[in-house]
Amino acid sequence: MALLTKKDANLIIDPLADNNPITIQVLGICSALAITAELKASVVMAISVIFVMGAGNVVISLMRNIIPSKIRIIVQLVVVATLVIIVDQVLKAFAYELSKTLAVFVGLIITNCIIMGRFEAFALANGPWRSFLDGIGNALGYGVILVIVGFFRELLGSGTLFGYPVLGDPIAKTGLYSIGYENNGFMILPPAALIVVGIIIWVQRSRNTALIEEN
Amino acid sequence: MLEHLELFFKSIFIDNMVFAVFLGMCSYLAVSKKVTTAVGLGAAVIFVLGVTVPLNWLLDQYILQEGALSWLGPEYADYDLSFLSFIMFIATIATMVQLVEIVVEKFSPALYNSLGIFLPLIAVNCAILGGSLFMQAREIPSLALAFNYGISSGIGWFLAILAIAAIREKIRYSNVPAPLRGLGITFIITGLMGIGFQSFGGMLTGGDEGADAPVPETAAREIQAGESEPAVSEEDTEKKKEEVVISYNDAINK
Repeated sequence: MALLTKKDANLIIDPLADNNPITIQVLGICSALAITAELKASVVMAISVIFVMGAGNVVISLMRNIIPSKIRIIVQLVVVATLVIIVDQVLKAFAYELSKTLAVFVGLIITNCIIMGRFEAFALANGPWRSFLDGIGNALGYGVILVIVGFFRELLGSGTLFGYPVLGDPIAKTGLYSIGYENNGFMILPPAALIVVGIIIWVQRSRNTALIEEN
Repeated sequence: MLEHLELFFKSIFIDNMVFAVFLGMCSYLAVSKKVTTAVGLGAAVIFVLGVTVPLNWLLDQYILQEGALSWLGPEYADYDLSFLSFIMFIATIATMVQLVEIVVEKFSPALYNSLGIFLPLIAVNCAILGGSLFMQAREIPSLALAFNYGISSGIGWFLAILAIAAIREKIRYSNVPAPLRGLGITFIITGLMGIGFQSFGGMLTGGDEGADAPVPETAAREIQAGESEPAVSEEDTEKKKEEVVISYNDAINK
């Protein structure tokens, strides 16, 4: 891309796989697991986090020289809380059903460790454009995992994607259900999300053996 | 008295903060390598939850809720400040954690040293903010119940991190496949523990207790219905569900 230098492009590409915030940096796990029973909720949550991280990183980066070190956590919390309030109000206005599904977890974006982690690690020491790219990159990495988990959970657990039945009608026994396939109700339960993420980590570390932990 | 006991056991086993709603997972995964550190963090979480949830309940009741400001005067009765909840809750949490840190350092230096870095880190633990937000969402009716909820959610989280730390210490000598070592196997074990905790679901809702479900229970069921969790009790089949997704249990039960 002529628009971004190689270093800047890496800010977006690295968190997608090699430095993924969820599977490698172990941040932002809470909301990644709880709302992924539906693909739609996962996508909306990913978009919300992209917005909060992009805007938040830019704001903190612009203020980085005037924030006194002693109160920087409080300043970060205020910035994130304000952005999340905006996201919450927009969701309640334009997607009320979805905001009910996401319920408490929109508010929990505030304590999403990825956001505060990237503020501390990057935005406080770098300029606004690069901080923006870093924020977007990490949020995209987070979003990728959310979408993968949501995809498998919804497909295997309810036979639908985004609410549309893709495997046939389970009650009228059309499509795949006519040969005896049944939805795996376990995939909708919370523990399934943990196991799906465990499997994603397994696949990722098998392909990239440099990431395996020493005993 | 009965509703206190019910909320207590429900928050520890059925709505467990780690296994049912995944709060506090980051520190849960990061700190669970040794049992001693896990116990320290768990105790700190119980303490902070027990302090912040009742405080935020007072805030919600007298300032933030719809119509809450009517004690100032009748013209304030239709003010709804609930959109400020997030920022007010996180402000009280950060302040209380700071205060608790100062008090503990002054009155019990031994405890302060053993808690170490964990106390300031708790302010951004999603379990703490989550406790307050769930307290608000479930419309817990009284201060005593809010305190009960705070303490029991903390105990549930403490139980979870204690268990996973003990297991992780033991499996250090096991033959875990290399790509799963460390983080991967912890996720899968936590998932299995979550399945185990699901078995508690029938504990409080069997028999005639389901008929007179108190307010926290009903609101909790609605939240769970919104998250598309198939019921572990008979109540859900009676409740009108808001789910768009047809789950396996629905297709069978309807």
